[in-house]
Amino acid sequence: MSPETVLKVLIVDDEPLARERLRTLLGDLAVQLPSTVVGEAANGLQALAVLREQAVDVILADIRMPGMDGIELAGHLGSMPKPPAVIFTTAYDNYAVQAFDLNALDYLLKPVRAQRLLTALQKVRQSPPPSAALLGEIGQQVRGGGRSHLACHERGRLLLVPVPEILYLKADLKYVVAHTRERDYLLDDTLTHLEAEFPERFIRLHRAVLVARDALAGVERAADDDAEAYGWALLRDLPDRLPISRRQWGPVKAVLQG
Amino acid sequence: MASIRHFPATHPLPDWRNLGVMLRALLGINLLAALGALMSAPALADWPARCLEAAALVEPALLLTLALLYLVRDLLRRLPVRLGQASVLLLAGGVTGGLALVAVDFYWLFGHAVSRMVVLAMLMSACLLGYFELRARVFSPAQTEARLAALNARIRPHFLFNSLNAVLSLIRARPQQAEAALESLSDLFRAAMGDPAARVTVADEVALSRQYLELEHLRLGERLTVDWQIDPDSLCQEIPPLMLQPLLENAVYHGIEPRPEGGVVSVRITADRDQLQLAIANPLGAGPVGHAPGNQMALANIRERLALYYDLEARLEIDQDDQHYEVRIYLPCHRKPY
Repeated sequence: MSPETVLKVLIVDDEPLARERLRTLLGDLAVQLPSTVVGEAANGLQALAVLREQAVDVILADIRMPGMDGIELAGHLGSMPKPPAVIFTTAYDNYAVQAFDLNALDYLLKPVRAQRLLTALQKVRQSPPPSAALLGEIGQQVRGGGRSHLACHERGRLLLVPVPEILYLKADLKYVVAHTRERDYLLDDTLTHLEAEFPERFIRLHRAVLVARDALAGVERAADDDAEAYGWALLRDLPDRLPISRRQWGPVKAVLQG
Repeated sequence: MASIRHFPATHPLPDWRNLGVMLRALLGINLLAALGALMSAPALADWPARCLEAAALVEPALLLTLALLYLVRDLLRRLPVRLGQASVLLLAGGVTGGLALVAVDFYWLFGHAVSRMVVLAMLMSACLLGYFELRARVFSPAQTEARLAALNARIRPHFLFNSLNAVLSLIRARPQQAEAALESLSDLFRAAMGDPAARVTVADEVALSRQYLELEHLRLGERLTVDWQIDPDSLCQEIPPLMLQPLLENAVYHGIEPRPEGGVVSVRITADRDQLQLAIANPLGAGPVGHAPGNQMALANIRERLALYYDLEARLEIDQDDQHYEVRIYLPCHRKPY
């Protein structure tokens, strides 16, 4: 970044006044560091929508936001060709601050001081962005659960699949496919990873299949000569039948009865 | 110090009109009677029969004594502590003796001398008074007040720093709004750090809560809607300070902030003849993003304060399903300090 270029900033915070404050501070710092606010967003989802239309150098993102938080937002940036850098902000959050300190990630405490913001903006390009795996881990710690959306790349576009809409996940060769009521999505994640991230939401039926617990309608035993499965699972909203392995038969029945 | 009298557990001579005290007295005396029955029973198999016999002797005198104590509570409290305790002993002995003389045939039936009954009644009462005195030492006024002060002063730092951040962004553009916000913030902290033993009216607490919600409104904008339903009769009722505001803070933190679309917090305050009810409800079901920890602390905090202020006469109930969360507090009405 040459000193002449104007830094393009996206401000993400669910509180309008918090966004306004950052905008004012960036204005105050214009002499030392010219910048322009190219957009504002109230959560990660809105921020990703802005990023589709607009080139951004730096995102100032609140850690905790409803809809999609800042950590998950940062995790979804990794797949972009030229991902913007992210500076996290938080007013007071013991869990987040501990997790960030532990992993030597920088963040700004709100109310933010102008000087502190300047330093963060100047050095954000020098340090490499945190890996998606690390962000996933920290996100889990901070929000006490998995992401709100899974990423699907289709013809160079990022599609976001809301986790509650996913009925089942099936591994096909290299890919995992998420099935919702409307359509299927090819995901980048592995089944093992998704099972670990959403233990409350999905249960394993088979080596290659996870199903949403609340989508499960019933099970039936397969014919004895059926080599493919020990049993079949029926879904509430789809006609699909999913195979259950001998090993998972017990746990799946327990879920239906519990 | 006037405020000491507010706490049921801090005086060596208990408040005989408090439900918790009555319950403890009933249980304590019956326990002693059962113990006496065990000592007099020749074999363990005789114990139940002896217990019944003892209860038949004890209960009439016990109930009558408690009823009299209920009537003369204020009189006893005005006496020096030891004299008050002695009066309770005399009352217990007197009632027992009197009953025994009136129902002399009934008592002789069991083969008990009146004098023995009186001495026993006074000894049992002495045990009970000893228990209440020890209990009062545990809950000494200084400790109770310190405990309450610590419990009161628990406004979430999350709220403080977010509010300060909001005020900072108002200062240049809308200075008058910034001033109003800082005034509200200062009132809120004055209440949190104020005299925890003071009683406030429901109207005071509602006013404070409105100021608090205005600050939250500044931050959350249209996402926060509040529905007030306040019975006008409840406004002049006395309650301990900060009964409502922490629950509203909980409702906003767990019910509104995690939801992108926000929601409605409803506050319902009703008063009937002898009970005041405060109910706060908020939506739930925010999906994966939520504030997991911290909810139980605020509730445990209010429960502890209710116990210190009212002993067993107040209670807190929680109703929860997938979509809604409601906390209700029931307090005794018209509770004048004695």
